[in-house]
Parts: sequence; C-alpha cells; structure tokens
Amino acid sequence: MVTPLATTTTALVSPGLDLERSFSQALEGLGLAPDVAHLIWLPLPMLLVLVAAVVGVLVTVWLERKISAAVQQRIGPEYAGALGVLQPLADGLKLLVKEDIIPARADSLLFTLGPVLVVVPVILSWLIVPFGQNLLVSNVGVGIFLWISLSSIQPIGLLMSGYASNNKYSLLGGLRAAAQSISYEIPLALAVLAIVMMSNSLSTIDIVNQQTGAGLLSWNIWRQPVGFLIFWICALAECERLPFDLPEAEEELVAGYQTEYAGMKFALFYLGSYINLVLSALLVSVLYLGGWGFPIPVEWLAGWMGQSVDAPLVQVITGTVGIVMTVLKAYLLVFFAILLRWTTPRVRIDQLLNLGWKFLLPLALVNLLVTAALKLAFPVAFGG
Amino acid sequence: MTIAASTQLICFLVLAAVVAIGGLGVVLLSNIVYSAFLLGGVFMAVAGLYLLLNASFVAAAQVLVYVGAVNVLILFAIMLVNKREDLAPIPGLQTRRLLSGGVCAGLFALLVRVALTTPWAVPGPQAVGEGSTVRIGEHLFTDYLLPFELASVLLLMAMIGAIVLARRDVQATDLGTGQAADQGLIEKSRTPLLVDQPPS
Repeated sequence: MVTPLATTTTALVSPGLDLERSFSQALEGLGLAPDVAHLIWLPLPMLLVLVAAVVGVLVTVWLERKISAAVQQRIGPEYAGALGVLQPLADGLKLLVKEDIIPARADSLLFTLGPVLVVVPVILSWLIVPFGQNLLVSNVGVGIFLWISLSSIQPIGLLMSGYASNNKYSLLGGLRAAAQSISYEIPLALAVLAIVMMSNSLSTIDIVNQQTGAGLLSWNIWRQPVGFLIFWICALAECERLPFDLPEAEEELVAGYQTEYAGMKFALFYLGSYINLVLSALLVSVLYLGGWGFPIPVEWLAGWMGQSVDAPLVQVITGTVGIVMTVLKAYLLVFFAILLRWTTPRVRIDQLLNLGWKFLLPLALVNLLVTAALKLAFPVAFGG
Repeated sequence: MTIAASTQLICFLVLAAVVAIGGLGVVLLSNIVYSAFLLGGVFMAVAGLYLLLNASFVAAAQVLVYVGAVNVLILFAIMLVNKREDLAPIPGLQTRRLLSGGVCAGLFALLVRVALTTPWAVPGPQAVGEGSTVRIGEHLFTDYLLPFELASVLLLMAMIGAIVLARRDVQATDLGTGQAADQGLIEKSRTPLLVDQPPS
C-alpha cells in the first residue's frame, strides 16, 4: 500500500515504548501472523484520533456555552454535571434521538450525502496533526498540503446540501459558503507556503522540528507575524465563525444551508464545524506556535537535571508534555475564537469578498516574496 | 498473495469501476446537477488511482485543483442559473446522439488499440515515493520550464478575458447581441432609501 497508515516509528523511540511493536508481538504470541497483527493494529490509532476529535468537540461546545455566558453576564449551563460539563453530552444525545426529517420536495439522496461530505474530509485531516515526535496517525510526505486539498472538498458538500434542501435560503447559504471557502483558501495556502519554504518540507513533523531550536524564541510566529494573522483570519473564515459566519447568518438566511436539517444530519454539520475549529487551532499551533514544543526546550531541562533524553522515563515525560502543550496552545486559540464570536459583529458579503481578494491575497503574496528574500539573505534565521 | 497486494488490487478495481461507471453517468444522466456531482466523484477516484501509483503529491494536487476548484466552479455556475424548467426540444436529437455515440466509440476503439499495441515497460521505473515533490519541483524549473511558463501565460490571458467579458462597461456594445450595453447595471450610484422622502 502507498499510504502508511500506522504510526510511524523511528529509531528515536526506545524499544519498550514502541506501542505498535509490543502490540504486534503480543498478538503474534497468541499465534497470529505478522500481517494479521498489523491489520488489527491499523485501525487503532485512527480510532483513538476519532475519539480525541469528538471529545475535543464536546469540550469546545462546553467552552462556547460557558464563555458566551460570561461575555453576556449570564451563568450558562450549570445543572448537567459540575459547572454544566455534561451539557454537550445532553445536546448530543438530544440530536441523536431527534426525528430525522427529510422535506417532501427535497432531493433525499443529495440531502443525505451533503452532511457526510462536509464531515469526512475534516476528520480525515486529523491524519496529519502531530502531538509529539512520533505521536501522529501518519507522517505523510505531503503533510500540510493534504489538509489544504481535503478542506477544498467541503464546499461541494455545502453546495450539495444547499441545493438538495429545495429552499432558497439554503441555496443562498450554500453558495455563500462555497464562495467564502474558495476565496479564503488562496491566502491560506499562500501563508502555509511561506512556512513550507522556511522548513523545506510539507511534513508537519519537519515543520515543528524546524521550530524547536531555542524554545519560545524559535517559534514561527516571530518570523511570520503577518503570515500568522493571515492564516488565523482565513482559518476563521474557513470555519465559518463570526465575524465570517455569513453562510448561516440568522437574520438574513434563517440558518443558511442547515435550515432544513434536523436530528443526526444537523448534528453532523454541528460536529463538522466544531471539529474544523479545533483542527484549525491545532494547525495554527503546529505551524506558528511550535507544535508540541515547550517554551523552554525539553532537551535543555533534561540536560540541567543530568538526564539523558533517550531514557524511557524522560521520553514518557517528554511525550506527555508534548501532548499537553499542543492541546493547551490549541485551546488558547479556541478561546480567542469563541471570544471573537461573542464580541464582534458580522461583516457584509461584499466586505468579506473585498477583504479576501483585495487585501489578504496581495498581502499574502507580498509575505511570500519577503519570506523568499529573507531566506536568501539570512539563511541562518529563515531556514536556508 | 499478501494482504497488502490484495488490498491494492481491490482498491484498484473499486476505483477503476467508480471512474468508468461515474464517467458514463456524467455523460448519460439527464439531470445536470447530478452529472456535476458525479464528476466530482470521478475526480476523487482518479486521485485515488494516483495514490495507488505512489504519487501522493499529484493526488493531493488533483483533489485541490479538480475537485476543489474546477468542480466547485462548475457547480457554482449551474446553481447561479438554477432554472428548473425543461430545455426546448432540439430537432433531430436522436441522430445527434447516434452521431456523437459513434464518434465516442471510434475514439474508444483507437485508445484500446493504442493500449494493446504499445510495448509497455513492465515493471515501470522505481517509484520515487515521498521524494516526488522535490522531483516535480526540479523538473518544473529545469526541462519543463517553458511549458510551465506558457501554461501560466495562457491562464493569465483567460483570466483577463473573463474580466473583460464580465465587466461590460469596458465595451460600449454587448459582444453577444450587438446592442448598446446596459451601463446602468454595473455601477449604480446609490441613493439612500430613507432620507429625501416627503413625509407622508
């Protein structure tokens, strides 16, 4: 097979911590062929990432409810579990058992397929999110480019559900979503390209490794401040978050392309948008905030304590710190996104398209050119 | 046969079937929206075939360009002129269909003949795998530089042409009909709705 779907294992992992090998050996001890053991191992990392994505969504929904309440000086959910932490679960359960309605004049096939096409690419993109040196589903060579191309499938699902609903608000919402998505994809890709140019690789692992030299100071945000802003604005626009939530602008379009949806299909849209938000935040932290890197390099800390970096205990601690740092950075960005949603007004559609095509696109091009020039002039600091 | 090889074979058969059946569906379905969505599926299956050939960069580029840009543009165009009415009957539709079917069958026969008579070098050259991105970049900036630049000039020309056609204020007369272009549609000076109205 071409796509290596298992966790990549390099020589850096000490043998005792290589989960794939111990798992395979345990199964082979039970009398299974190595091929079969590998086949049983394959779905496990993917399942783990899927569960992580869904749990991430639940946490984000709870944060959204609590922070919006705080912004508006309300209390927010408080009866479902301590501080209302079980509220998202209750929401999910409600959507799960709700009646699934397909409008009589809607195109039922496309109506069902639309939400699926929106969610699947977003979940697939989790393939490339690294939580540590060896903690990702697949270190594919095209890495970040895979995410860009997968996220371009989403507008088709939105157009499909907008069209199939047989409702003018849905169609308008779908068209707006597609227009917004293809306009902001270009500056987004150009901002990513500047990063890729500095790290000489599309792989997310290499991009993070290139930022780990001097801890906090070597993060890409200092070298790409403009790129960071462009990426963040475009990521918010791709996620259809306020101030860019025009496709579902309540006052104009009822709820845009999701107007006719109920039950599980609506839940898929809901899930998709929140998974996308968490994914975007994770990728911002990978591309600009040093990924799993601790503000002070872990190697220095281990050196001060007189420990070897390759010792098993140190590796476990390093891995844990990596996961915690990635999630922490991502949720800090999610917090900013939620705060933005509840404090900023919505832009108009012409303002949105003007911002994308006439401001962000030229700015991203200039950023790319400046990065190329700086890379030629100062190869030490900008990854020669 | 190992598990990996049989998985590869099954993937190839499924993808090839999707490409062939989907392609037929794109041409034969009467609902143009279904055709456009099916076209997206066919593009995805072609990307899957590239993946099977160890060309992951080409596969990602295929998805980005063909599914994410070309197909979305086609859908956009269809939905902006979203008319749910039957087209006017075309005279001699049956003859036209037979003629185009004949042309397509001829092309198909030609392609099959070429595929059967060409001496394919089996097995092909060693797959580059993850290094293909670097290799493609090297080729684009050395021996394929001229075609690459020509393609970009062509795209630029198409873009300028599209802008000229869309902005009718550039021409005094409509290119299609020859009548005077309606300048009023393009830039209306906006009059505020609520001020300057006589109090009722």
